[in-house]
Amino acid sequence: MKTMLRGNESVAYAFKLARIDVFPMFPITPSTLVPEMISKFVANGELDAEFIPLDSEHSAISAAIGASLKGARVGTATASQGLALMHEILFIASGMRLPIVMGIGNRALSAPINIWCDHQDTIAQRDTGWLQFYAESNQEGLDLILMAFKISEDKRVLLPSMVGLDAFVLTHTMEPVDIPEQSKVDEFLGEFKPNYRILDTKNPATFGAFGSPRHYMEFKYAQHLAMQAASHVIDEVFEEFERKFGRKYSKITEEFTEDADIVFITMGSCTGTAREFIKMKRKEGKKIGLIKLTVFRPFPKDELRKALKGKKVVAVVDRNFSPGFGGAVYGEVLATMYGRDEPKIIDFIVGLGGRDITFDTFEKILEITEKGLEGSVEEINWIEVDKEAVEKEEMI
Amino acid sequence: MFEIRFHGRGGQGAVTAANILAMAAFKEGYYAQSFPFFGVERRGAPVQAFTRLDEKPIDVRMNVYSPDAVIVLDPFLLDVVNVTEGLKEGGTIVINTSKKPSDYDFGYKVATVDATSIALAHKLGSSASPIVNTAILGAYSKAIKNVGIDNIMLAIKERAPAKKEENAMAAREAYEKTILGWEK
Repeated sequence: MKTMLRGNESVAYAFKLARIDVFPMFPITPSTLVPEMISKFVANGELDAEFIPLDSEHSAISAAIGASLKGARVGTATASQGLALMHEILFIASGMRLPIVMGIGNRALSAPINIWCDHQDTIAQRDTGWLQFYAESNQEGLDLILMAFKISEDKRVLLPSMVGLDAFVLTHTMEPVDIPEQSKVDEFLGEFKPNYRILDTKNPATFGAFGSPRHYMEFKYAQHLAMQAASHVIDEVFEEFERKFGRKYSKITEEFTEDADIVFITMGSCTGTAREFIKMKRKEGKKIGLIKLTVFRPFPKDELRKALKGKKVVAVVDRNFSPGFGGAVYGEVLATMYGRDEPKIIDFIVGLGGRDITFDTFEKILEITEKGLEGSVEEINWIEVDKEAVEKEEMI
Repeated sequence: MFEIRFHGRGGQGAVTAANILAMAAFKEGYYAQSFPFFGVERRGAPVQAFTRLDEKPIDVRMNVYSPDAVIVLDPFLLDVVNVTEGLKEGGTIVINTSKKPSDYDFGYKVATVDATSIALAHKLGSSASPIVNTAILGAYSKAIKNVGIDNIMLAIKERAPAKKEENAMAAREAYEKTILGWEK
């Protein structure tokens, strides 16, 4: 059924369609509407699940782990400081190989206090062992949550997933979304059947055990293999989803890249604005292509190497930054393309703390990127920043 | 692409109005998108919300900088906020006011409706804080015409948290009572 939904509603419907058993939660802007809606679904009997309000996000993700260990299908939602508070427990969820799925309203971190969009919250969780997906639209948010369950619960993977929707730009924006039929989702997802369950007296097992130097590294290596396997499983699940629901997904989506000298790499909601910008510029004869990153972990190295072969300049649009290095996506692309003469890779830090990413933003990115075609330009470029104010020490 | 900006005060339901308009436009067969001015909404403070509609899918996700129409839910905002900022040439302003369009000189098309009186007559809110966001949508439909009043009323009934009929009827009455400054 096609209807108008805000991003948070998309996420809540996805959890309902996935028939989650448990939803532990602590509310935080901008994802608060997700638990609000789940609590309604549970209260009015539309969803047979345990809704567990807790005293913090740290407790919420801990409860998620407990429930997942018992074999429940578990979802939760958070953002920003809430995700940061979960940090240490995120490693435990992935280390214990629990297929929890979490919806994120991608939002900046304090200080200064800021509730608006960027990707710093999830980027800061890059190394926690969770799969990471980024939605361009509310439809993608819904679909990716469904697919994340199937990918995470695959026996070759058994790792948790987070699905990011840009704060406000998606979470609070209403647009047409196709809500798939329950029976089709049931067919697609099936039931979650874990290999082991806690408190299973017939098949007793130990969970959260001590991992001495004799064993710890093997567990980590197993996680490495699981992430590698996830790369294939993602392709399989994306294909199956397309067959069933008619919407195509891929780890990276290439548009207009065939004849392009310049390629923009984007992640999340600014992709649409970039696409419109590129369409306008192509009418002026500028050969610009677009690559949307949907999957950030596991990082789609092979796909990117193939897509960027023969391109002259790549502009990486980072809605995050790693102080002391540059944008995180830039770092990954750079590492992925290491040892190849081309393309030249330039980083653009944009849209932090909810600063609007507009056609003007992309115009400035293009200007620098075109200079990069000919000569040398800065490696890391902060776009639309009042550098003068900072230099006058007003901001320090 | 047709872009609309709503001006209201926190608590008046500008965001809900933008959402209902998007839903009505969707029913009308458009692709639609609506969103609040991303921020912390405080009761009474000036707020903005936006709706986009188009015949093809809407990809762009930046703020609305040059709207085709502006909807003003609270006439007192006219003294506080530059409501015509970025408004396209030939654009339209729909104002909730007891005044007539000829009382204004914006250099744009002006439509007026006394949404406050209409809302109160339908027992929507109190005189201190009338709920005008549904009535004003009736005025939108009359002034802009790209979304019919029937779909506005349907969307209101779907989305209004309470008094669905009253809200829909308020929109209908506002539709009938809206004065278009450009029609003599």
